[in-house]
Amino acid sequence: MYTTDQFEGMLAGTIIIKGQGNDPINTYFARPEGPGPFPAVVLIHHLPGWDELYREFTRRFAHHGYLAISPDLYCREAKGTPEDVAAAVRAEGGVSDEQVMGDVQSAAEYVLSLPSSNGKVAVFGTCSGGRHAFLSGCQLDVFDAIIECWGGNVIMDESQITDKQPVSPNSYTTQLSAPILGIFGDLDQSPTPEQVNQHEQELKDAGKNYEFHRYPEAGHGFFYYDRPIYHQSSAVDGWGKIFDFLGRTLS
Amino acid sequence: MICERTKVDGSGKGQKGWFPLTMANVSYDHPFNAPWEYGVNIDFVNENLGVGARLAVELSPQSAKALADTILEALERGEKDPQIKVSIL
Repeated sequence: MYTTDQFEGMLAGTIIIKGQGNDPINTYFARPEGPGPFPAVVLIHHLPGWDELYREFTRRFAHHGYLAISPDLYCREAKGTPEDVAAAVRAEGGVSDEQVMGDVQSAAEYVLSLPSSNGKVAVFGTCSGGRHAFLSGCQLDVFDAIIECWGGNVIMDESQITDKQPVSPNSYTTQLSAPILGIFGDLDQSPTPEQVNQHEQELKDAGKNYEFHRYPEAGHGFFYYDRPIYHQSSAVDGWGKIFDFLGRTLS
Repeated sequence: MICERTKVDGSGKGQKGWFPLTMANVSYDHPFNAPWEYGVNIDFVNENLGVGARLAVELSPQSAKALADTILEALERGEKDPQIKVSIL
């Protein structure tokens, strides 16, 4: 809880880490001033790219006391405005799950290697990043907490399978290795409420530690204040759920 | 992610003026700017000139269908017009 008598500071800027295949990856890193120890959060950006919103999200986590790191998952494909880069990536069918997992693993290992780390790290993502956050929790054995916000295509049918996304993430549910927080809007078309129900049932059947929160008046991307889909009361409550969850899982 | 692509010949006017077009990428996905959750997004691009060589249009599905019909109607009229010869470079 922030109080006005605190003297706080933050360092934020671009660094380069070695991602999948030792490729250099531009990465936004925000961290509180001070020796720590701090828990960490890896942010997986959404399909619109490594944009201003994700920089703000990254700083928000740092403001709340986390080492926050957000790699540019489209870094290899192109450099340009976030929208132009994202459009080019979209035209190519996105980036591969394998490549994303490698970059996310590298980001997590980077923050855990810092002297200011408390040894705990979560992963956060929205939209396609929410899907990747869930996949990270299943495929990477590095995370202590998973935050999936309206992960689209966590449940994929055969027609959606591609070389880059070769497996529906929900088929890995039994491999999930950390507690998961799910944030969803009931008016969302991807994932639909029915898909969220299936996702939750599969977590329950697998005996996983999960908590799902559904917002009846929210649609897709309801945290995005620069979009008409922003839903204020749901977003405020959702962020509260996130920081409560992190406080319990990363301390 | 739904994205269809087709080669195109033509010109587009972007932020830096006219440039030759090589591809049209048509996706049915979240738009960057238009207010709906899903729409038809058309990017006219020239990949040889970098990702910034892009003309972006985001349409509602209804608008996209109307546009497609209108293009076909204009083409049909043009192809029937005896005064218009098809230009092939």
